[in-house]
Amino acid sequence: MVNTSPTLEFKSSTFFAPILILYTNDMIAIEQTLYEKINLAPDFFKDSPLMIDLRELNKLNLDLDFAQLAQLLRRVGFFPVGIRGGNEQQNKQARALSLPIDTVRELGNSIIIGETQKQESTQQSLTQPEVAAIKEPKEPVQPAAIPPVSATTILVTQPIRSGQRIYASGDLIILSQVSAGAEIMAEGNIHVYNTLRGRALAGVHGNTAARIFCFDLQAELISIAGDYKTSEDLNKQTYNNPVQIYLQNHALIIKEIA
Amino acid sequence: MARIIVVTSGKGGVGKTTTSAAIAMGLAKRGHKTAVIDFDVGLRNLDLILGCERRVVYDFINVINGEASLNQALIRDKNCNLLYILPASQTRDKDALTHEGVGKVLDELSKDFGYIVCDSPAGIEKGANLALYFADDAFVVTNPEISSVRDSDRMLGILSSKSRRAERNEEPIKEYLLLTRYDADRVKLGEMLSLEDVQEILSLELLGIIPESKSVLSASNAGIPVILDEKSEAGQAYADVVARYLGEKLAHRFIDGKQGFLRRLFGGRK
Ligand SMILES: Nc1ncnc2c1ncn2[C@@H]1O[C@H](COP(=O)(O)OP(=O)(O)OP(=O)(O)O)[C@@H](O)[C@H]1O
Ligand SMILES: [Mg+2]
Repeated sequence: MVNTSPTLEFKSSTFFAPILILYTNDMIAIEQTLYEKINLAPDFFKDSPLMIDLRELNKLNLDLDFAQLAQLLRRVGFFPVGIRGGNEQQNKQARALSLPIDTVRELGNSIIIGETQKQESTQQSLTQPEVAAIKEPKEPVQPAAIPPVSATTILVTQPIRSGQRIYASGDLIILSQVSAGAEIMAEGNIHVYNTLRGRALAGVHGNTAARIFCFDLQAELISIAGDYKTSEDLNKQTYNNPVQIYLQNHALIIKEIA
Repeated sequence: MARIIVVTSGKGGVGKTTTSAAIAMGLAKRGHKTAVIDFDVGLRNLDLILGCERRVVYDFINVINGEASLNQALIRDKNCNLLYILPASQTRDKDALTHEGVGKVLDELSKDFGYIVCDSPAGIEKGANLALYFADDAFVVTNPEISSVRDSDRMLGILSSKSRRAERNEEPIKEYLLLTRYDADRVKLGEMLSLEDVQEILSLELLGIIPESKSVLSASNAGIPVILDEKSEAGQAYADVVARYLGEKLAHRFIDGKQGFLRRLFGGRK
C-alpha cells in the first residue's frame, strides 16, 4: 500500500496588508512620514506586511531605487510583500529581492471593507495606507502567464454604512441596505435585496454583460462597465422600485422587475 | 467582566454627554457598579454634568501615563455610591490617548465594575475611534435631522469595521438607537425627521426617544444627571432607556407628543 498521508497542501486564501502608495521619491520625506504614521498607530503597523504601489509615482515620472526603498521599509519595521505598478527596472529589482509582482488588478482580488479615503489626502507625499485584501503570492511569479481569476461570489448580510466600501472579484450579493455614502463594486453582477442608496458599480473591469439588481433603487450612482448615471439622471418612475439595470449599446437601461 | 458601552454619534452636540451621565447613573441606581469615562480630552464636560468638577485631582491621562492609580483618579458620585467618574484631562493633548493605555485601564476597571460607559467625543478622529474600539454595546445618539442621521450611519460603519470585536472576528458590537432632542411638535410640522424617517436609514433597535426638554439644561446647570429629575419627561425617558437596555419590555413613549395638548393647556413644559 502507498502511504497516503500528504506531504503538503495548497489552499486558496487571502490575507490583509496595507498598501503603500508613494507620491514622491524623496527617501527622507518617505521615512519621516512613515515614522509619523507609525507613531499614530504603533500596534497596527508593527511588523506589518506591506504592498508597495508605484503607479502614482511612475505617473509623475519620478525615478526610484526600489532596492533602497525596500531596505528603508524593513528598517522602519515593515515587511514588503510585493510590488505593483512598477516599471521594468523596478520589477527587475523586486524580482532580485524575491518580491512578487502583482500586475493583475486594481484593487486586489477580494473584499475590501473599510473607510473610503478622502480625495484631499492624495495631495500629501504619502497617503494613509488603504487596507485591501491581496492574494497570497502564488508559486513562482510568472507575470506573463497569470491564470484567469476565479470569480468568487461574495455574500454580505450586514448593512453597508456610509464610508464603507465593498469589492468583489465576482458577483456581489447584499441582503441589507446600502447607505448613502457607501460604495459597492463588483467585477460581476451586483444584487441588493434591500434599499440601495449608495454607489453601485458592476462590471468594473469592463464586463458589459454585468447587471445590477436591487429591491429599492435610491442610488447616488449606478455604473456598469464604466457607463454611469447619477441620482439626478434616474427617472422618477424607476426610483423607489425593484429594478434591474443593464447595458444596451452603451446605454444604461433601468427596468422594473414586476 | 464588565460590559463596555460606548455612547457615540459622529456629530457634535447631539446629547452624548447628557446621555452618558444619565444612563451611567441609571445603571448605578439599579444596583450595578458603574464607571463612566470621559474620552473628550481637552473638553472636559462630563464632570460638570455630574457636578464633580471641583473634586477632580487626577484624570484619565494621568492613569494611562502611570502618574496616578485608577483608585486615585476615580471620583465617587455624590448621589450614588455605585457610580464612579473617570474625568478627561482639560490640558493634555489627545495624543496621550493610546490603544494600549486605554485597553489597560478598561481591563483593570472590568475586574471590579458591572458596566463601563464611554462618553465619546464628536467626530471620527482618534478619540472617537478609541472610545468605541473596546465596546460591547453602542448607544448611537441621533437627533432627528438629516446631518445627524448621516453621521450616525457613518459611525455605524466604523463600529462594524474598526472595533476590537470586528478585528477579532467576534460577535459584532450590539448597536442601539437613541433618538434625542426629539420635538414631536416640530416633527408634526415637518421641520424635523420622524422616527420612521430616521429608522428608514438606520434601522436599529430603538432604546428610546428622549424629548427636547428644558429640564436637561437645568439639570446640567445643577450638576445632576437629568435621570434623577423623575418628574421631567427627559428623566423618565432615560429611565425607560436603562430599563429596556436591561431587558424590560416597555412601550415607547414621547413619540407623538400627546402630552403636547396638556402642555399647551397649562403653558410651558416641564
Ligand atoms: N433632550 C434634550 N433636551 C434639551 N436639550 C438637550 C437635550 N439633550 C442635550 N441637550 C443640550 O444639548 C447640548 C449638547 O449636549 P451634550 O453636551 O450632551 O452633547 P454632546 O453630544 O456630548 O456634545 P459634544 O459633541 O460637544 O461632546 C447641551 O447644551 C445640552 O444641555
Ligand atoms: Mg460630549
